[in-house]
Amino acid sequence: MNLDIRTPIGLLFLSLGGLLVIYGFFSDPGIYFRSLNININLWWGLALLVFGGIMTYFGRRKTKLRPSSTP
Amino acid sequence: MPSLPLVLAAETVSTKLLSLSLPDLVIIVAYFAMVLGIGWYLKRQTQTGEDFFLAGREMTAWIAGLSFLSANLGSLELMGWAGAAYQYGILATHWYWIGAIPAMLFLGIVMMPFYYISKTHSVPGYLQLRFGENSRAFAAISFAFMTILMSGVNMFAMASVMKVVLGWDINFSIWVSSLTVAAYVSLGGLKSAIFNEVLQFVLIWAGAMLIPILGLIEAGGWENLKMEIAGRLGRSDYTHVWSTLGSFQDNPMGIHWTGIVFGLGWVVSFGYWTTDFLVVQRVLSAKDLRSAKMAPIIGAAFKMMVPLIVILPGLLGLGLLDMKLLPESEVKLTGGYSYNDVLPLMMARYLGPGLLGLGITALIAGFMAGMAGNVSAFATVWTYDIYRAFIKKDATDAHYVSMGRWCTIIGIFVSIGTAYLVMQFSSIMDYVQALFSFFIAPLFGTVLLGMLWKRATPAGGFWGLLAGTVSSIAMWFWVYMSPGALAYVALSPHAKPMAENMYRGLWSWIICVVVTVAVSLVTRPKTDQELVGLVYGCTPIPSEQHVLLWRRPILWAGVVGAAFIALNVIFW
Repeated sequence: MNLDIRTPIGLLFLSLGGLLVIYGFFSDPGIYFRSLNININLWWGLALLVFGGIMTYFGRRKTKLRPSSTP
Repeated sequence: MPSLPLVLAAETVSTKLLSLSLPDLVIIVAYFAMVLGIGWYLKRQTQTGEDFFLAGREMTAWIAGLSFLSANLGSLELMGWAGAAYQYGILATHWYWIGAIPAMLFLGIVMMPFYYISKTHSVPGYLQLRFGENSRAFAAISFAFMTILMSGVNMFAMASVMKVVLGWDINFSIWVSSLTVAAYVSLGGLKSAIFNEVLQFVLIWAGAMLIPILGLIEAGGWENLKMEIAGRLGRSDYTHVWSTLGSFQDNPMGIHWTGIVFGLGWVVSFGYWTTDFLVVQRVLSAKDLRSAKMAPIIGAAFKMMVPLIVILPGLLGLGLLDMKLLPESEVKLTGGYSYNDVLPLMMARYLGPGLLGLGITALIAGFMAGMAGNVSAFATVWTYDIYRAFIKKDATDAHYVSMGRWCTIIGIFVSIGTAYLVMQFSSIMDYVQALFSFFIAPLFGTVLLGMLWKRATPAGGFWGLLAGTVSSIAMWFWVYMSPGALAYVALSPHAKPMAENMYRGLWSWIICVVVTVAVSLVTRPKTDQELVGLVYGCTPIPSEQHVLLWRRPILWAGVVGAAFIALNVIFW
């Protein structure tokens, strides 16, 4: 069985994005003076979550459809 | 393109630039766990020599293409060229556009069929098929030597950066990162190196993309940034790629357009992208010829976008940073920050706790991608082109795989040794670019003639390669012994080392081609029968008539080529 590279990429980005979003929710807004007062952890975390979700979806879907296909 | 040598005076710096908090560390640890996990998972799939050294020849065009680019996109590359953009302005973009795109498209469309159809496992392997054992031995030994040296130099420079930026101990950085690379490459072979390179490529973008986004928001858009830079420097030539190259004096780099087009765009860039096995190996792992042709084209499409996360941060530093950055040599005397620190400085400017960890992970990922590229290429060339060719000819496949695994680990240890050597004699860094140009330019001449001219003979190929390399070394020594010779070698007594390398590359390429042609004409050529699959005119190249138009490599090469021209016009 072959590993589809999109699955590990997707999982890594889902966990990194999740971490950043949670941290963005609970962190003190004062630390965002650097990033022009945008809560950058929250927004970039969401972007990474979306990317990770898309990668995982396509990685899993392809594995299900053609179990023996090349990655 | 190889990274600029960063000469860092790590031992003189006591204050660190950034400090990490808990979420940052969690992100970095998650990355290391993922990388090792992939290596461990792939170990089960890596049984044969094809699996270990060529990733089973089953990579898709996208994976091969992204890792092709990622193997080159080391952290020193990122930081060095961001620094170059601060120092020379947007001219540094030429190393990403004309210095890469034409060569990558040429590799995909013209050269890849011969590499791929010949079923070679390496570039020295191709030379053996085409020109015989002598050429192979010469290319393999010089490549193995260069690769390990480069790997050691990069390792040291990266550890120095970590020391400056995060205050990490040099020994700690060297050992942790290199043992991780040793583990995942020796477990899963090239497939593991390639998968991790793709992962690292995505991470580099995720970690670095915020800098240009937030930077452009702060500057108020690209036009405002250009005005800000022009206002600060009192000159407007930092934001044009071609319009200032009409004379040596009118631009920050002191270079003429002929140097950029012929020196960089032809010899240096084609030599690197089409014959450096480090990058070519990635494409050889493609699953079929169409994927092998598409891979460099996909790589080229992304290569064109890399200036967004490398050159633009340098320019933003020029327009927005309050402090003035200095050359490395001045930093050693007076303190402060050097040009090469501009990327970490911009990170420090915008990224707070959390995202900073992602940014640092991007730098570590870039570094490990480069090192994995070096050791996996080294392991292949050592095992197939030196060990199997000259030391132990007919062992079992399993024996060569275990040789490859051990050699990955030994390669890493030799690199670590080299890193400590560089630490003692930091002037070695100054010579790395020169060393690199000794071998790569003549090799390009030999491979190009080998592929396109069937009259080239084994003797011609070998003597051409030897003459080109020896003359390149001789020219370097000539300038080293009597600096006045620069006026002959680089056409100008005021040439910078970068210009000298380019012109020396050009001369040694010409010498290689002339000697190859001359010797070939007086020696006996191989018969057409022997050249099938190796040379233009003797190789049946599968027609693409039956392939749907939108799946044909030539179409996409055209699209990338058109975008390349458009970008050059837009930033003219």
